[in-house]
Amino acid sequence: VIAVLAQLEIHDRAGDNDCVANDGICPGWIADNFDRYTTPLLQHLYLTIVSVAIGFAIAFGLALLAHRRNWLIGPIVQVTGILYTLPSVAVFFLLLPITGRGDLTAIIALVAYSLLILFRNFIAGFDNVPTETRDAGRGMGLTQNQLLWRVELPLALPEIMAGLRIALTTTVGLTSLAFLAGAGGLGEALFDDINFRSNVLVAGGLALLLAVVLDLAVLAAQKLLTPWTRAVGA
Amino acid sequence: MTTTLAFLGDFGDAIDYIFHARESQAGGSKVGGAELLPLIGTHLKLTAIAMAIAILIALPIGVLLGHTGRGAFATISISNTGRAIPSVALIAFFIAFFPQTPEFWNVTVALALLAIPPILTNAYVGVQQVSREAVDAARGMGMSGIQVMRRVELPLAIPLIFGGIRTSTVNVIATATIAPLVGVLTLGDPIISGSVHGRAGQIGASIVVAFLAVTAELVLAAVQRAVTPTGLKLERDPARFIPKRRIQTAP
Repeated sequence: VIAVLAQLEIHDRAGDNDCVANDGICPGWIADNFDRYTTPLLQHLYLTIVSVAIGFAIAFGLALLAHRRNWLIGPIVQVTGILYTLPSVAVFFLLLPITGRGDLTAIIALVAYSLLILFRNFIAGFDNVPTETRDAGRGMGLTQNQLLWRVELPLALPEIMAGLRIALTTTVGLTSLAFLAGAGGLGEALFDDINFRSNVLVAGGLALLLAVVLDLAVLAAQKLLTPWTRAVGA
Repeated sequence: MTTTLAFLGDFGDAIDYIFHARESQAGGSKVGGAELLPLIGTHLKLTAIAMAIAILIALPIGVLLGHTGRGAFATISISNTGRAIPSVALIAFFIAFFPQTPEFWNVTVALALLAIPPILTNAYVGVQQVSREAVDAARGMGMSGIQVMRRVELPLAIPLIFGGIRTSTVNVIATATIAPLVGVLTLGDPIISGSVHGRAGQIGASIVVAFLAVTAELVLAAVQRAVTPTGLKLERDPARFIPKRRIQTAP
């Protein structure tokens, strides 16, 4: 891998351009080499989306379980809290003997990290449903399941979406470390040539941009899914 | 059978690496065991300095803004932007743009910047959410603005303030692991220089880093409990409150 990286670097920096030789910010180099970042960007996007999607599904399952059995909230927060506290880089290598290097290892570590954020927001969302609304639903003859899907989940949506946004932006940041688990991503491009300002700006900038775009996308989805909050706001 | 249990052997070897120094992969130098101590030292020094800088900057600003109730937009923007900036990119930025500065200080400043948003937001929200009634009562007792801040708002905001400090500390310990990528030898060194330390070194150092993070979290949680006003503990911890009531109403 190191040999490949070295080769890339030499190839990257080829050209007797003064700016490039001085590690500068070179618009010309950036324009010519921008396609170099396509694969890392797509890997980054893939790892982030897959990890948060799996994390969301697991956290949703746990939240449903804890919603029916309240005593489970404490233990689940404690266990996911430990997973959240473990540094992802450490988790990448603790998984090494079990899952080896690659996407799977990175995804497991990223999922583990997102669980606490997502679970806590699910529970906060359910807590915010007014008792009166629940009672009204029951009075209308809704079953437990209907109450969940038609009353509680829609009303919990703002908190759930807030959790999704936090999970997405933090996961984009952590995915920058996924190259240590052998999964590539923008972090790999960044550390290929860390002294070259153009490279650091483009790779770091793309990661930041990805976080912002995903954040805005969820925000837009939330606005679409909760039309009643717009009505109240106006 | 041997393949399914192979990973146990890897972990056993890693534990051995943590406690006993051994020859490096290529030979010629000692790694593991006591050789880890300077790495742990640098790791903790980096964390401590970065956290001290972050707390000194973020805590007064957060408390003051929370006290005046101004700057909500700025604080929230800082915390949102801070979360979106990848820590790795921040470290790389300082290394690439300030090549004259020693790496240690570049990494320290990057980590401090990374630690500021959670402390700032939590201090701001913590002070701001103190109930109006409590502040009014304190004012009615004749307290000045600074007295209200020191004796009422700050103690009531402690759980959130500590929440921010805990988040940042764990974050900084985790991020300090990648400092060897830019030449600062922390506990990440055995992880990143796998060819020198071997697989046992990578896994062993990961265990030590994970242990450090969990320990920091537990110690700070204990400190938080010790400095939280008793009244708040009773209010937030129903498990403690209920037995007391039961004793009072028992026949």
